[in-house]
Amino acid sequence: MTWQGIVQIFVLLAVVTAVGYFLSKYMYNALEGGRTFMDRVLGPCERGVYRLCGIDPTVEMHWTRYVFVLLAVNVAGFVVLMVLLALQPVLTIFNPAHMHQVPFWVNLNTSISFMTNTNWQNYSGETTLSYLSQMWLTVQQFLSPVTGICLFLAVVRGFSRHNANTIGNFWRDFVRTLLWVSIPLAVIGAIVLLALGSPENLHAYTVVRTLQGHKQVIAQGPVASMTSIMQLGDNGGGFFNMNAAQPFAGPNAASIFFQLILGFSVPVACVFLFGKMVKTLRQAYPIFASMAILFVIGAIAMYHFEAAGNPALAAHGIHLAASHNMEGKDSRFGIGTTSLFENSTTAVSWGSVIASNDSLTPIGGLVPLFNMMTGEVIFGSWGVGMVGMIAYAVLALFLAGLMVGRTPEYLGKKIESFEVKMAVLTMIVPSLVILILAALSVALKAGTSGIFNPGPHGLSEVLYAFSSGVGNNGSAFGGLNSASPWYSATVGLAMLLGRFPMYIPLVAMGASLAKKQRIPESAGTFPTHGPLFTGLLTGTVVVVGALIFFPALALGPFAEQFAAHAGKLFGG
Amino acid sequence: MRLKVIWSALRLVLLFLVVLGLGYNLLIVAIGQAAFSGQANGSMVKYNGRVVGSRLIGQQFTSARFFEGRPSATSPPYNAASSAASNYGPTNPALLQEIRTNLATVLKENPGVKATQVPPGLVESSASGLDPDISPAAAYLQVPRVAKANHLPVGTVRNLVAQHVSGRFLGIYGAPYVNVLELNLALLKLAKR
Repeated sequence: MTWQGIVQIFVLLAVVTAVGYFLSKYMYNALEGGRTFMDRVLGPCERGVYRLCGIDPTVEMHWTRYVFVLLAVNVAGFVVLMVLLALQPVLTIFNPAHMHQVPFWVNLNTSISFMTNTNWQNYSGETTLSYLSQMWLTVQQFLSPVTGICLFLAVVRGFSRHNANTIGNFWRDFVRTLLWVSIPLAVIGAIVLLALGSPENLHAYTVVRTLQGHKQVIAQGPVASMTSIMQLGDNGGGFFNMNAAQPFAGPNAASIFFQLILGFSVPVACVFLFGKMVKTLRQAYPIFASMAILFVIGAIAMYHFEAAGNPALAAHGIHLAASHNMEGKDSRFGIGTTSLFENSTTAVSWGSVIASNDSLTPIGGLVPLFNMMTGEVIFGSWGVGMVGMIAYAVLALFLAGLMVGRTPEYLGKKIESFEVKMAVLTMIVPSLVILILAALSVALKAGTSGIFNPGPHGLSEVLYAFSSGVGNNGSAFGGLNSASPWYSATVGLAMLLGRFPMYIPLVAMGASLAKKQRIPESAGTFPTHGPLFTGLLTGTVVVVGALIFFPALALGPFAEQFAAHAGKLFGG
Repeated sequence: MRLKVIWSALRLVLLFLVVLGLGYNLLIVAIGQAAFSGQANGSMVKYNGRVVGSRLIGQQFTSARFFEGRPSATSPPYNAASSAASNYGPTNPALLQEIRTNLATVLKENPGVKATQVPPGLVESSASGLDPDISPAAAYLQVPRVAKANHLPVGTVRNLVAQHVSGRFLGIYGAPYVNVLELNLALLKLAKR
């Protein structure tokens, strides 16, 4: 480990905190009725969208209607994407590499994946998709994170409104987030990524004769535009099979630093936006602190284990100039920045990678797995990371209330049995999905035949796949044959369950809170703005969220770490 | 009422299919081609007036007179139309086999070098299979072999490597590296003189 490797974690955290703080002011004005400097340009565009789509943005919606419209937009996006991908052989423009039919299972899985903000890639971009198909994917990369913001607004309005039956207008929330936040930031992001080295063209793949005389076909395309929205929207679906590790998508450390900032910006802003919406910014601080603590611990743990390297090498008498693990990593990023990015990819839930996660050391690979198993609340994706953390906060206060025998309150709202039930659902969904689907996969031939690495690492591959699916993350232990019908279908199911059954109950919780009166703070109120609450919240995330997976993790990454130390290899 | 919502949702998706799918992507293509044509077209590198590759995409060097890059897991190695990693887990026997084979090759090609002097990057395969760079240590290790094959003094080649070391971004992000293609191009120019 080097001092640079540690300092970069805190520098990043400081930069994204500043970016997120300023962005939250802008988002608050754009979404909750203020004015922004973009209004003059975007106002007419907004009205145009409403007119073209026949939308009335002024009606206040009951939560059931809000959710119905949300589902309608998602299903429409899914169906349209699936049809367009199926038509790839017919739509011959922007297809210089002559890509053919997308297999049905791959299409189904990909369409679910891009609707749910997962961007799990069971295809490899440069050998499966035409430039036009990649462009259709970017549309969902814009729309799916915006859905996350709508879920966030719906839940947080439960705390900011009183005696209210409605939670806002979905169309207005959706269109304004898209126009005011997504599009301008994506355009700026793409221009910066271009300047830092990513290509953006529609040419056929370039054929060159290398310095040594080999023929090399160099895949390119509209890379910068897709990489920008992939990072900004915490999507993670990249242009290439190896995602941002492919040097065109991740040309240098400067580009990766910028991509880190892009990925963090809106999730961090959501934490402050929550504070602004409930009219007490300091309510956001303990939540921010919890997220930051879990993030820093994960980043340092992963960096430590990757720098220490694979214990199996020394056990087998292979002693190199250094012990750090470079399998599946690129030189320009080194161990420190690679670990920082790979920890962030499941903390902030963007799912893009600059390394092969399957080749991480056992505990190095446990870190991103753990982040996903918490429900992706360490900042998390657009809106939903913060919403997941609110569910944990409700649960933490419920637990604290049990200890003293008092009905808990949060932000002036009484937390009663309905709210707790809804919050608990968001803990149950991921654990059920991950454990049941992983158990089936290691019990059935269809599942085991898709495992690449033998031994405990194979179990980690399977656990990672379903955690990534249900967490709507999208990164993978890439050895797993995710394009097989079994994994296409089951991971597809996990992605659906991890999106709608996970967050819709929280909208219902928000609606129930919005109906309630505001009760004044009393001496018995548990203060939710201090370090005590930070500790309680962090503990709840670790204990309630992730401890349920401990037996599975013991058989996977932990068993492998001990085996590696003893020099035990599996299979072969 | 419900049908009207679904119809509006469909129109919204179709509208943004055009605005974002085509509009956004083609706008960035236009900006890229107009303002950043080098990067936008793949950062291609020329030698003697001929394009020999991209400075961002690694290529295979096997001849003793060139600096070699990292092991690549694509098939065939350095296949820039199909990026891939080995995906070997830490307790997979195939990983240790790969490292042993690569180490034996490095030791054979660079006489006098001991295993404990070989940086992991030179025997462990890269993330994309297209890593264009090696660590400075991996470059210095190859200096005696390359100098001999090109009939150049060792000191001259060592200086050449030193000139091609790139540092960390902002002093903290990434790791120091040497771009193999650029180093080899500089080497060719030096050997010609």
